[in-house]
Amino acid sequence: MKKKLDLPHLITVLIIIAVYAGVFVMEQTMAPTSMIFTVLKKGATYALVAVSMNLLNGFTGIFSLGQAGFMLIGAYVFSIFTIPVDQRPIVYQYYNGGLIQFTMPFFLAMILGGLVAALFAFLIGLPVLRLKSDYLAIATLGFAEIIRTFFQWDKLGPITNGSNMLRLFPTFNDFNIRNANGEVVVYLSTLVPMIISGICIAIILLLINSTYGRAMRAIKDDEIAAEAMGIHLASHKQMAFCVSSFFAGVGGAMLAMYQTTVQAKSFTTAMTYEILLIVVIGGLGSVTGSVLASFLFVAASEWWLRFLDQKQYIGGHELPLMRNGFRLVVFSFIIMIVVLFFRQGIMGTKELPDLFRRKKTTEGGSAK
Amino acid sequence: MWNTVFPYLLSGISVGGQYALIAIGYTLVYGILRLINFAHGDVFMVAGIVMVYMAASGLPLWLCIILDLVATSIIGFAIERVAYKPLRTAPRMSIMISAIGVSYTLQNLVLYITGGLNQIYPKIPWISDSIKIGSATTKVVTVVTPILTILLVVALVLLINHTKVGMAMRAVSKDFETSQLMGININGVISVTFVIGSFLAGVGSVLYFTNYTTVIQTSGAMPGLKAFVAAVFGGIGSVPGAVIGAFIIGIAENIIKGLDIILFKAGLTSGPMGLAIFSDAFTFALLIIILAVKPTGLFGEKSIDKV
Repeated sequence: MKKKLDLPHLITVLIIIAVYAGVFVMEQTMAPTSMIFTVLKKGATYALVAVSMNLLNGFTGIFSLGQAGFMLIGAYVFSIFTIPVDQRPIVYQYYNGGLIQFTMPFFLAMILGGLVAALFAFLIGLPVLRLKSDYLAIATLGFAEIIRTFFQWDKLGPITNGSNMLRLFPTFNDFNIRNANGEVVVYLSTLVPMIISGICIAIILLLINSTYGRAMRAIKDDEIAAEAMGIHLASHKQMAFCVSSFFAGVGGAMLAMYQTTVQAKSFTTAMTYEILLIVVIGGLGSVTGSVLASFLFVAASEWWLRFLDQKQYIGGHELPLMRNGFRLVVFSFIIMIVVLFFRQGIMGTKELPDLFRRKKTTEGGSAK
Repeated sequence: MWNTVFPYLLSGISVGGQYALIAIGYTLVYGILRLINFAHGDVFMVAGIVMVYMAASGLPLWLCIILDLVATSIIGFAIERVAYKPLRTAPRMSIMISAIGVSYTLQNLVLYITGGLNQIYPKIPWISDSIKIGSATTKVVTVVTPILTILLVVALVLLINHTKVGMAMRAVSKDFETSQLMGININGVISVTFVIGSFLAGVGSVLYFTNYTTVIQTSGAMPGLKAFVAAVFGGIGSVPGAVIGAFIIGIAENIIKGLDIILFKAGLTSGPMGLAIFSDAFTFALLIIILAVKPTGLFGEKSIDKV
């Protein structure tokens, strides 16, 4: 990281700045209900979670399927500590207003969500990280399910609201700056989540490019060789697991803000699978790929492919197959094709700066 | 006390038998390919959906059951050929991801076809009838399941131990490359394994959904995971292990479902504890404990490759 900023990196930085500036301008000029903002908000959330999963599955070679569980912890911790005290009797209507009667600033609550997720990850990691690939996958998946059950347990209701929904906590819309009359002066509800997600991803990138990150990659390539080179397997795996869970927790908090409500039953294994598939589409071992794939995935599923779910007519003829659920079928087939025939995903293990580097040598070669 | 526990025990044995039939599919495939077939639970669910649609087409039920089992076997075979065979030389993670992809695809296909609504499973005469055993009223299927499971398992063990195909299966699970060198048709053996596994999952689905009466695209996920846990618990790769693990999990799960009432009647608690929701979590807790304490499971062979 001490090297001088070369051209590819400069272009990358410029692109990132341009994206953020573009989002800011769009937000001020376009209608806030536009689909693109939904995509950007959810995409930013998914990007963070996908990158955190990639840190484990792509960079360290730990096949973990516990992501939804850690997101759940982050989402719950965040919402429990940010619901305004005077709203608590409404939210915790079956539990006498709940046990916790204070709030935290949203930023602290978010970090706390990440920390609690990381703490759980540490405890879970002690027995689980010793396991081999597929056993580890199923054990982490099991933990996510156990966590989900605990958060729905009636006896914990005064804290978690049992199986009922948590709501009325701050959402992305609260980032908009309003004047005294309550009118929005500056729209920030998309930019702020993107900045939060961007900062978190930048931290993960720093970690990946550090000594620790190189050790993690060594573990992925060959555990025995890595150990022989003096890398302490257990502590590095544990660290990757905790860091990944921390950011999954923060991502969970962001998802809570995006959805405006939180309910434990929605954090299912299917959610983990979805994120894993995003990571695979982007390329295991590429942060850029995960980010791109997240936005593509969300855009396609929330926006571009929506038309597949409605009946379509061409010249008075109804197109066959098009009805509710067709979008997901098309989606699944695209994913299967990627998994079977394009195992590298969009980016393989390349990052954004690498693209410009290759372009320079091969003169306008394709982006892949 | 016994009168309170007995009905739960009975349904536990029944569910255990159904899990056992699914678990065998996991254990056979894992034994040969070292792959957790995440899609196996969904094959089980698809078997249920196929049955619903066949029964709706008006064919006689006995024919439906046979066709359903054949269709399920074909689906299992096709999944292996399309999604796993091209990845035979790929890293293990790729095959697992492919399995997750297949699971996602099957669920979405069924969602599309059924519109995401609960489908009523056809009532199969005789095994859907009520029966009274001791203090418990239950369906005939509860009694039939364990018996049928044991019969099928005995048949399978005989097949594995005393036929040429079985010998090939054992050889392949011991050493993939060497058995290939010995002239065993690896792809054939793998296909047979998937067909057997899917066939048993099909039988399991008939029994399971007769008990639970509705099928939806996510019906297969939980039973699938639990059956996998059963296979790990019993020692993956071992058929009797998977069956015993499945019965233990089925019984434990159902006892937990009734634990509130059982504890209350025994005078140990004064009110409801809401413990029933832990019936699923318990299975996974069991998995983690067994993996931490005895990773080879109850009857598993000692694994040689530690890395």
